[in-house]
Parts: sequence; structure tokens; C-alpha cells
Amino acid sequence: MHDLVAITALGGSEPQVDTVGGVTCREVPGAALASAAARMGQETKASKALAKLIGAPAPGIGQHAGDTVTAFWAGPDQWMIEAPFDTHEELTDQVKSALGDTASVTEQTDGWTRFDLNGDQIPAVLELLSMLDLRNIDAGSVARCSIHHIGCFVLCRSDEAFSIYGPRSSAGSLHHAIVTAMRSAL
Amino acid sequence: MTQSNRLSGGQIDRNTTVNFRFDNRNYTAHPGDTLASALLANDVRLIGRSFKYHRPRGLLTAGSEEPNGIVELRSGNRQEPNTRATTTEMFDGLEAQSQNRWPSLKFDALGVNDLFSNFLSAGFYYKTFMWPAAFWEKIYEPIIRRAAGLGSLSMEADPDEYDKGFRHCDLLIIGAGPSGLMAALTAGRAGADVILADEDFRFGGRLNSETFSVGDQSGSDWAAQAVAELSSMPNVRLMARTTVIGAFDHGIYGAVERTGDHVATLPAGKPRQILWRIYTKKTLLCAGSTERPIAFENNDRPGIMMASALRTYANRFAVTASQRVAIFTNNDDGHRTAADLHAKGVHICAVVDVREDAPVNYDYEVLSGAQVVNTKGRLGLTFVEVALPDGSTRTLECGALGVSGGWNPNVHLTCHQRGRPVWNDDLAAFVPGSNLPVGLTVAGAANGVMSTQGALQSGAEAAAAALELSVAQPVLPEAEDTPIAQKPFWYVEGCKRAWLDQQNDVTVKDVKLSYQEGFRSVEHLKRYTTLGMATDQGKTSNISALAIMAEVAGKSIPETGTTIFRPPYTPVPISTFAGRMKGQEFHPTRLTPSHYWAKEKGAVFVEVGNWLRAQWFPLPGELHWRESVDREVRQTRASVGVCDCTTLGKIDVQGADAADFLNRVYANGFTKLPVGKTRYGLMLREDGMVMDDGTAARLAEDHFVVTTTTANAVNVYRHMEFVRQCLFPDMDVQLISTTESWAQYAVAGPNSRKLLQKIVDPEFDISNDAFPFMGCGNITVCDGLRARLFRISFSGELAFEIAVPSRYGDALMRRLMTEGEEFEVVPYGTEALGVMRIEKGHAAGNELNGTTTALNLGLGKMVSKKKDGIGSTLSEREALVEPDVLRLVGIKPVSPEEKVTAGGHLMNTTGPVDAAHDQGYVTSAAYSPILNSNIGLGLLQDGANRMGEKMRLVSPLTDLTVEVEIVSAHFVDPEGERLRA
Amino acid sequence: MIINHPLLGPRDASEFTYLGDASLINRPDWQAEDAADAFYEYGYLRDNPAGEHQELWYHEAGDRSWLVVTRDTTTHEISKVELARDVARARGRSK
Repeated sequence: MHDLVAITALGGSEPQVDTVGGVTCREVPGAALASAAARMGQETKASKALAKLIGAPAPGIGQHAGDTVTAFWAGPDQWMIEAPFDTHEELTDQVKSALGDTASVTEQTDGWTRFDLNGDQIPAVLELLSMLDLRNIDAGSVARCSIHHIGCFVLCRSDEAFSIYGPRSSAGSLHHAIVTAMRSAL
Repeated sequence: MTQSNRLSGGQIDRNTTVNFRFDNRNYTAHPGDTLASALLANDVRLIGRSFKYHRPRGLLTAGSEEPNGIVELRSGNRQEPNTRATTTEMFDGLEAQSQNRWPSLKFDALGVNDLFSNFLSAGFYYKTFMWPAAFWEKIYEPIIRRAAGLGSLSMEADPDEYDKGFRHCDLLIIGAGPSGLMAALTAGRAGADVILADEDFRFGGRLNSETFSVGDQSGSDWAAQAVAELSSMPNVRLMARTTVIGAFDHGIYGAVERTGDHVATLPAGKPRQILWRIYTKKTLLCAGSTERPIAFENNDRPGIMMASALRTYANRFAVTASQRVAIFTNNDDGHRTAADLHAKGVHICAVVDVREDAPVNYDYEVLSGAQVVNTKGRLGLTFVEVALPDGSTRTLECGALGVSGGWNPNVHLTCHQRGRPVWNDDLAAFVPGSNLPVGLTVAGAANGVMSTQGALQSGAEAAAAALELSVAQPVLPEAEDTPIAQKPFWYVEGCKRAWLDQQNDVTVKDVKLSYQEGFRSVEHLKRYTTLGMATDQGKTSNISALAIMAEVAGKSIPETGTTIFRPPYTPVPISTFAGRMKGQEFHPTRLTPSHYWAKEKGAVFVEVGNWLRAQWFPLPGELHWRESVDREVRQTRASVGVCDCTTLGKIDVQGADAADFLNRVYANGFTKLPVGKTRYGLMLREDGMVMDDGTAARLAEDHFVVTTTTANAVNVYRHMEFVRQCLFPDMDVQLISTTESWAQYAVAGPNSRKLLQKIVDPEFDISNDAFPFMGCGNITVCDGLRARLFRISFSGELAFEIAVPSRYGDALMRRLMTEGEEFEVVPYGTEALGVMRIEKGHAAGNELNGTTTALNLGLGKMVSKKKDGIGSTLSEREALVEPDVLRLVGIKPVSPEEKVTAGGHLMNTTGPVDAAHDQGYVTSAAYSPILNSNIGLGLLQDGANRMGEKMRLVSPLTDLTVEVEIVSAHFVDPEGERLRA
Repeated sequence: MIINHPLLGPRDASEFTYLGDASLINRPDWQAEDAADAFYEYGYLRDNPAGEHQELWYHEAGDRSWLVVTRDTTTHEISKVELARDVARARGRSK
């Protein structure tokens, strides 16, 4: 077992937590990610294999699904697969063996940083950050959007729980944008 | 004289008194006041000086159309010029200054301009300052800049925050007067998702200014009750203090919400204003109408106001501009003001009505068929002179004169998508035309429906129609339903100085003069006279000017046409448009995995696109950046150096057709590249110019990792998706960016292998035989961490690039530094990187400048003719392959200490120095601590055949001439022995 | 502007990158006799219609689909939005 110590995307040894009003923003380094894109002509097989992996039908456009291992739609015949990092650091290998030749699988864990928002006034924060039509977003939705020129995924897990994935190198700017919007809106 | 002009009633909170300052004097007011109503309450009529003649001016209106009552708000770095007193909400501690006056409002030195008005007529800028031309920059412009303009800037950065936000709705209703409120009630009750926005802080529009009843309530009570009902609906969002500033494509509207302008101190983190982008399915414009003036001699004295404004001040704010008021009108609406003021106990001197058949009144005098022909009062109105139909004149002693010339529907937003309003003879006004922005309809006075009853009804109907509601007609309250009665009347004949545009000091005479001088289009009239420009955009003056222009031209008003209405509807501070995107937040900042470690080491950072990269790592005692960079280069070439190269774009290319795909996007071939090997790739644009370069490592038959330059990462990915989806849609190839996933470090120098062998797990043999130049593979490091290793070199040394998951990048860099201590390892930054690649003769961004071909860069042989590579066909165009095209060369000054300047041009040693004799130019330059000489790379005509030639390097702009020698671009290790070691 | 993405529904145009005329899909055959002329025309000669225009937009801040958008250049009215991949196939492009 190697002895290299990981740091979070914001540069700390512990994830950052900020609370403003009734909303909490948590840095979440504990997510493993892999992308899977169906090979040409293998789309149906790939989505069946994915369904088996996540224990739910492969998510359609703008959706996410699954339990411990979950997946969300990222593009036509393309998904991101998400699992707890502690138990699934080797998620890419697991997805590769589950999907076999039906899909191209790429490790994405450290390509992204995740911020979880919890609270009852998240839409007031998000409307300052993204142009998403929040009326169309409910539990199970995922949408790609731009937050202060940073390309992000916004996942709605429930009315009071959202996850925002943004590129890891821009974590500081994204965190600043989120917390500033929280201070402004709440 | 505290609030000596207060009347009874009004929608102000009399139980609370607030203090404010205007021109450094203290006054009192009540919540619910505007700065304008508070000043009038305190008998302050003189508010500012006009733009050109510095004439004393007071308030003209009670709304956002105000041309005169323009003040500076706040002080210090929060000072904001050119703000309308009429829309400035009162709060305790409000601070305002008059502007465009010196030394004081009451005595303004530049008031002398008024005496020279004959020289400052229409087009005076163009006439007066024409010659001598040399005077313009040094004399005229500074004078004009000092004299003209309205408020002044603090010249400090605005310390407040501004936000941007995005909202979506089924129906956006713009304006919360009777039609807007009724529309919102109709839509809200039907369950539609509604946003109701109004620029005012109090909803109700004219209902708050009138004494009409709606149903069995006063208009303002009905409005308050409607607002209460709307507030209780979860599907309705009420946006007060929000001006919808523009109608954009496909139902998008811009709106500015003033969230913090009405409080003395902004709470921490709260924005002063929010710029909303509102996405709508349907929009209803209920923007009401604006009263227009009549022009007459000296009609600009403080105290001469719109009649409807006097009514607003009296009914809504319980204020009169004076205890003695006269009215000048061409329509019945002017009489309403007289009646309302009279009812509040204000003395009505007379109502002057241009119509012979003016309505009779027994409470005060009505002068039918009469006109106001002049006024008196230097800093405020004292007398009004009236011409009676029998030819005699009457002088009225009064402190305020209400003027009413009829009402103009507020059509602005209907024209933002190039729609044109149409003329309505009954109203003698423009109403919205048929070419409206998609999804927009208009109701109420904005659509020419001028009665309260009509407004309520048209609001309800328009909302139902917009939402295609099949509900029964809503029950409407009974309200005022008076027909329009007016006689179009624009100006009093024979006047010399009758003001149309009070903000820009444009008179009736100026409009006529401009026409005589040949400016026949209204757009030309606007530019020549400045009519309708600046903060009010002519909301009170444009139509009158058009009418006068039409009259002189002998045309109708619709034939004359209007100028184009453009966003924003009212002025918006630049800070609001900037929002959060300022200073360090102007763009996102991308940090490399070794950033925090580099910061600890005291690295100097440089912005590369959005990335912050370490530029060099100064050691204690190093005083000049060159000392650090020279040391980093020497030590890397002597032993080993480490550089964070995570910023290079990385794209994962997989699929059965991955190799074929790379064959298309690169000029050189990739199908024969074995697994476990990396190849340099040159990417062309379809026009044959070089787009980017990088490497492609084959990790499996169907799996490549492609690198791009830092600058082109986004463009190359986009281009590759274009090729995949649009050109070869049936190729089995999948792309995804992995730039951020891996922390990637270049480990370069003769000891690089030795250093890596301490880190790479022993089961992976990285000896020269097992892992030769251009090798690549998946490995593990530090006892089991997954990693990738590439044997590629940008520096020309034996070198590797090692990648680990980004979260471990910080730890890996620290480990490389401690394990490398025995080799005296150095971290190096982008400067040393640049020096070493110039020494090696590798092309980079400076050479891949969009105008160079593979041949120019000495890479012509890489362009394969045996396959369909993008750009290969057009790269063979005649002019691109002529024998003497530019070729990449090295440049060395004859005296090593002489500087080589990037951007300098190469000339023959003798002969003229001019464009015709230009031989080429320098693209990159550096000091090489290895050669102890300045060196450069450049592009030179027929360069490959000119090795050893002496030339002049010139930069005429910086007065530089250096004698240089043309050499091979490969200054260091031209045979490439080191990198294969 | 709003572009009605065939998969994702209405999205703000600011999420997209514009490339230009959708004739860029019609890349010539590199082995044809007149390849040089054909590529010259493909690369440099464009129609500039006042009215309906088929153009390529890339959903960069979205799902990375290239789209063919039919837009009236005089009114910005968008009458049709298709996945460029489908259009390319319909125009006979393959590998």
C-alpha cells in the first residue's frame, strides 16, 4: 500500500464545510468516478451491462440512478459512474470488467471536484449560479451547466440535497462562486 | 421650514421621520418618499444645472423618465453620478449632491454659457471646434470635457458586490399598474408561473397617483390588496425595484433589481443590484404611458413640471411643489391635476387650456383658448405670462406650473427587436406596432388603452390570451372609464427659447435649424442636436421634436418616423453588467496539482490562459529572475529537474477506429504505432496551417492518450468532436478529456531515470532497453499507486513524464523532491521550460501562430500523402510550397551579449530596412545559460539554405539593430543523443 | 437566443460555440481528381444568405453534441435543430 497522502481539491487535508443561513456546502473528496461511452453498435448491450452494475435501468437523458454505485447521463450513450471512493478507488477497473467490450471506460475520479449543497433554499442559491430551469429539476435529475464560466454537472438528489461536480483545477473558483451566492441569497 | 410643502394623505409613513442630506444640508422626510418628493416637501425646487447652458433646473417628472432631477448619490468610493432623484427611494442617511455646477448650485460660473447660446446652437460641436485642427486635442477637447457631462466619477473602485441571476417563468408581466396587477391576478389564479416586475418600490403604478376608486376602494388600496393576494400565491414571484431593461431573442428579458440601493448600509455579502436574465414563454408589457410636455418660452424654470407629476406628488407623496399652482394643458387630464390639488387645499391660480371648449370649473379659473407665452423667476418660477384669445396677456403669480400635452404609451420594449410603433390619430401618439418580440403582447396604457377600467380589462384579457386560458372572464372592479379628450398641441408659436429636451438643452429652434441645415432623417436630427440622448433617452422630448420636424418638413408624424429604441430602458451601472466577474474573479482560475507546494516554495506564478503556473522558483539570495531561471536550466541539464506539465490537454481516445481517427486528425500516421509507444503528432487545420502539436501514446490497440498544448486544449477537443460527429459519424471512437484527472510531471535531465527508479515500483523496468525513448505504459509508484509513465522530452534531455491521480500530485512532487536530494534535483518553471525548448529548437505557441505550415516549421515530411489527413490537401497549395517559403532557423547574435528580440525582423546586412526587404522574423528569444549567449528561433525565407549567413535583426519601433548569424534551430544536442540515452 | 436541443430541450445559446455554415459537413473526397479545387471551395467559399441558414453549433457547456441549427439570419427564428451526426449520415458520410 502506497504512502502518498491525498489532498482535497481545495488543497486541504480535510474537506471544507461552509454554512450560510439554512444551506450547507460541503467539499466531497470521497467520490470515485469513471466515464463510460458505448462503443458503436453496442449501445443496448452497454446500457444493459450498466443497469446490472448499478442495479437500476441505465439513466436516460438528464437522469441519474443507482444505489451504492450510481450513474448519471453525460451525453448521448455516455454516462458517469459514481461510487464511494473509500470502497471503490479502483472503480474504473470495476466498470471495465462489468461493461467489457461494450463501452470505452475512462478514470475520471480526480478530473472533478464535488460540492454537496444541503438545505431548504438551494434554488435561491442556484438561480444566481446557473441558467438552469430549476422548475424542471427534481430528485433524479442531472444537468450540465456553466457556473461562472466553469462547466459543471448539477445533480438533484432531493429537494434539499444537490451535488455540483466541477473540474478539479477550478475548485477554488467554483467554491468561491457557490459560497458567494449563498451569502448573497440567504 | 421643515417639510413646509407637505399636504395631507399620501402613501408615506408619517410616524417615522428620516434624515437625509442634499448639497451638505440636512433635511427630513418619511419612508415612502423619493428623494424628489422629499426635496419638494422641503421647498427645494432647484435641483441641478443643465448640460450645455448650465441653466437652473428643477424636477420635471415623478418617474424614471426624468431629464432634470439628476443627482450624485452617496460619497467616497460609493459615489454614483447621474441618478434620478425621482426614483431614488428615501431612507435614513441618504446622501445626495447636485451636479454639473461650480462653485455652487445657486451660483454656477458656467451659467455664462447661457449668454452665448447663439454660439452653442444645434451642431455646435461640429461648427465651433472645426479649426484649426491642431487645437482639437490640446485645447478644445479638454475644455469640452471639463464643461460638459453631468455627474463625476469617484475614480475609485466600487467596493460593492453585484450579482447576476437567471429566472424562468410562463408569463413575465412588466409593470404593476392596473393592467399588470389585473393580468397577474388572472394568470396567478389560473396557476401559471408568473413573474411580475416593476421599477417602482411600490406596486400600483398610476393607481397610487390618482384619486379614482377601483370598486369600492381607493385605487392604491385596491393595488395593495391585489399585491397581498399575489404574495400569497407560490406560483407568483413579485419583483419590485426591478426594471426590465431589454427584450432579447426568443423570449429572454434583461432586468435589473436594485436590492441594495434603498438601504444605508449593505449587509455583508449582499449585492447592491442583480442583473437578471429572465426566460419567458410569454411576456405581457404593461409599462403604462408617459405624459409629454408642451414647449413654450422659458419652459424650463424650476417649478415647471408635468401636470401628472404634480398629481403624483400630491396624491402619493402628499407634497406640493408650491402653494400656488397653475396648469397649462391641451387635454382633460390637466384638469384632473387642478381638481386634485385644489381638493388638497393648494391654490390653483388658473388652468390655461389651449382648447376653446375647455371644461368649465367653478372652484378655480379656467382660461380657454389661452397659451402660456413666457415665464419669470431666475432660480425658480415666480410668474407665468398667458396670452388670451382676445390678444391680451395675463400674468399669474405662481410657484409651480403643471404642463400636460397628452400621453405617450411606453412602447420601448416592443421595439427592441427592430419593431416599429404605429401612429394613432385618436391619441395623437405612437402605439405598439404589429412586429413585436416573439411572445410579447401589450396591455393597458402601453397599448393605448388609457382609462383605468380599460387597463384592468385589457390586462385580464391579455393574460388569459397569452396563457390560452379558457376560464370565464374575471369579474373586474368598476373603475374610471373616461374617453380621451385632447387637441394635439406641441409648442407655442413664436417662442425663441422653448425647451424640448431639457437634459441636452435642445430647443424648438434647434430642431428647426437642424432641418434647415439638411438633417432630414430623425436619426440625423438626434445625432446633430443630441436630442434624446443621455440618461433619459428623450422619454419626454422625442415625440414633440418629431412633431415639430414633421411640421417643418410638411410631412405627417408617422412619415417622419421615430428613432430606434434600444436597450437598456433606463441606465444600468457598468458594475451591474460586470456582476461577480471582476478582479480575480474575472475568469475562473485553474490551479495545478503542485500549486500549494509551489506556493510554499515561493514560486513566482504566471497566468497561462486560466491556469496559474509556476514561472520560476527563486532561492534566497537570487535577486533577478534570470539567476533563478539560469540555475534551473543548468541544473536540469546537468542532473535532473521537475516541472508540472498537468496543464497540457489530455484527451482519452478509445474505440475500434481510434487509430484510424488519429490518422485523420493528425497529418502524420498512427495506425502502425505499436502499443506501449508514443508518437509526436502534428495537427493541421483544413487550410493546411498548423493547428496544434502534441503526442499520442498507445496504451492498447484501441486506446490512445493524446496531449495538446495548454493553450489549445479546448479547441482541439472541440475540433476532434467535430471530426468524429460531423465528418466520420460511423467511426467507432469515443473521446473524453482527462486533463484534470492526472497530475503529470516532466522529470528531465541525465539523472531523471535514476530519480524515477527510486519511485517507480521495482516490477517495472524503466531501463533504456526495457523502456526506450518514446515508450509509455501503465505502472505503479511508491508501492502500489496506479500511474502512467511516458518517455518523452521537451527539453531535449533524457526525460520522462509521470502521471498519478491528481489528489496524489502534491504528495508525489514532495516525494520527488526528497528522493531527488541526492541528485540536487530542482523544480523548474515555465521560463526554464521555454529556454530549454528554444535551445532544443522545438516549436511552441510562438511558432504555431496560425500562419505557419508544417513546411515552415521544418516538419514538412511529417505530412503524409498516403492517407486522408485533415489539412494535407490544402497544405500543398502552390504558394505554401514555393522554394523560398519561411523556414524555422536558429538565430545567434554575433556578440553573445546582444539581445535577440522576439518580433524583430530579419534584413540582409546591407540594403534598405523596410517591408519590401523583409526576410523573416524572430518568434522566440531567450538567454541560453548553456551557450552563454542570447539565442532565438525565427522564420526566415529559404532559411534551410542560409545557415551561417550574417543578417541584421531590426526592430525599428524600439530602435534596435543587431548583427546575427543564422544557425540550426537545434542549439543543443542536434543529434538527439541525450534523449535516447 | 434559445436553441431547442433535440435531446436536452431549450438551452441558452451561451452554452454553445458557433462554427458556421453546415456545409462544412460536406468535406470533399481527398482522392478525387479535382480535390485541390474542391477543398479550396469547401474551405473558403460560403453563401451568406439573408434568410434561412443551416449552421453548426457545438454544445460545449452541455453534452458536447454538434448540432445543425436552421436559423433565419434576419429574424433569428430557429425553425429546426438536428444532431449533426444524423445530418452527416443523411448526407452519406460514414467513416
